Amino acid sequence: MKIIKDLAISESGFVFNPLTGESFSVNEIGVSIINYLKKEENLQQILMSLHEEFDVETNELEKDFNDFVNMLKYHNLILD
Amino acid sequence: MKKIYQRPTITKINEGMPSKFGNRATLKAITKIDGIDVHEIINKYGSPVFVVSEKTIREKYKQAYSAFSTRYPKVQFAWSYKTNYNDAVCRIFHQQGSWAEVVSGFEYQKAINNSVAGNNIIFNGPSKSDEDLVLAINNRSLIHIDHFDELYQIIELTKTLSERPQVAIRMNMDTGVYPQWDRFGFNYDNGEAWTAINRIMMNEKMDLRGLHAHIGTYMMTPEPYKVAAFKIATLANKIKQKWQHSISYIDVGGGFASQNTLKGAYLPGTDTTPSFDQYAQAITDAILSADFDPQNMPFLFLETGRALIDDAGYLLGSVLANKRLADGRRATILDVGVNILFTSFWYEHEVYPTKETGFQTEDTILYGPLCMNIDVVRQSIKFPLLKKGDNFVIKRVGAYNMTQWMQFITLRPKIVLIDTNGEMHVIRNNETLDVFKDSEIIPEHLR
Ligand SMILES: Cc1ncc(COP(=O)(O)O)c(C=O)c1O
Repeated sequence: MKIIKDLAISESGFVFNPLTGESFSVNEIGVSIINYLKKEENLQQILMSLHEEFDVETNELEKDFNDFVNMLKYHNLILD
Repeated sequence: MKKIYQRPTITKINEGMPSKFGNRATLKAITKIDGIDVHEIINKYGSPVFVVSEKTIREKYKQAYSAFSTRYPKVQFAWSYKTNYNDAVCRIFHQQGSWAEVVSGFEYQKAINNSVAGNNIIFNGPSKSDEDLVLAINNRSLIHIDHFDELYQIIELTKTLSERPQVAIRMNMDTGVYPQWDRFGFNYDNGEAWTAINRIMMNEKMDLRGLHAHIGTYMMTPEPYKVAAFKIATLANKIKQKWQHSISYIDVGGGFASQNTLKGAYLPGTDTTPSFDQYAQAITDAILSADFDPQNMPFLFLETGRALIDDAGYLLGSVLANKRLADGRRATILDVGVNILFTSFWYEHEVYPTKETGFQTEDTILYGPLCMNIDVVRQSIKFPLLKKGDNFVIKRVGAYNMTQWMQFITLRPKIVLIDTNGEMHVIRNNETLDVFKDSEIIPEHLR
């Protein structure tokens, strides 16, 4: 599982896919997750980092995180 | 310190094409109803729960009454029972001065139990039994005849009763609205109504008291009422000429729109619904321009339903779950479905969070809790990111829901009234399994 190469993302959450020309907006934690995904492939590791950064229960985080990753796949921003 | 958490979201940006309701600022939360915290209401009475604001009912009624009474001297509202026949709700309207408008023997009994005087009950509808009619005749209620079979049924009854039936006819007519409602009453334009009137006037044992038309519901412009009121007034004058008989009232029915947004509408109802003043202007203009004897003007009756009660009703509930559909859309499952929110078949109901949720919303489909495909509360709504257990408030649900709700799959919830002093009262209890135990009968061989 890999986030697409050259995916552009700004601090404010603007995301641009140079392969398709599509753009998206993500929220603050969405920015963090995409930045983590660019560096790190181990999802468990990313979850732990997010848990340290944000005030949230692990179950809730895991549910939302998986949903978000699925949405990235749905928009073809992550390739299997 | 850790950062405040909000669940991650991603939204595709579609250039230049804001979605239909997409340009509006984020939803404000509804945290209180008439000063009472909505969480307190849910904690005390459960979720879901209907809440009715007595203050709003009284205010709306006063607005509507003054819109008409400042333009025309003789105005009488009759509360349309089917819209919301909870006894407490009806009694608020009756205290304000409303009569009762009923369409069945059951509603008629409710009005009597609410201490409405018999001659202050308007009895409409296509279904009246002999028993209903005898009661209504003896109470001198205003019977609005729907069809010839009913007219002859009443003529038959006059042979044995001593009271004179007090009657009016319901009419349907072309007012420029399509589709025209022609299933209730006698047709005006083809002369059927005139035939019925003559038949009544020839009978020596009943009194023609009024003329009635309910031209449709959710009328988005006042113009059709002007046409209807003018046609009715013209007919009243024709009766005067031929029979030297003055009718005592013109009843223009209900049908004023509330501020809900109809499905498929382009603009929200809050921007497009005419005011009471606009409806009143159209109707009273038409009556005043007809040639009535100034000493003997007819009463103007109104059977306004939803426009008087929609705003006073709220439905409070909780999120049961969130899920993601195969096409990527977010779906949120509520504990409120079409079983108790019947009007979600017609309206794009406004659904609000009960806490400030920040600026994010996601295109969401709102499902009810029923295991049925039809159970959709909103097909598409920009909705904040509520979690399982979070509460929400659905606005403007006072009309038709608390009467047309179904006992289906789940039991019906409580209705709570907030009075004008901010006190809460349960005005209808939630159903329990006992409702079934009391009415279902198991035959001996199945026990
Ligand atoms: C005869 C009659 N009067 C009044 C009403 C109330 O209508 P509304 O709620 O649209 O004002 C109805 C509703 O259908 C009706 O049939």
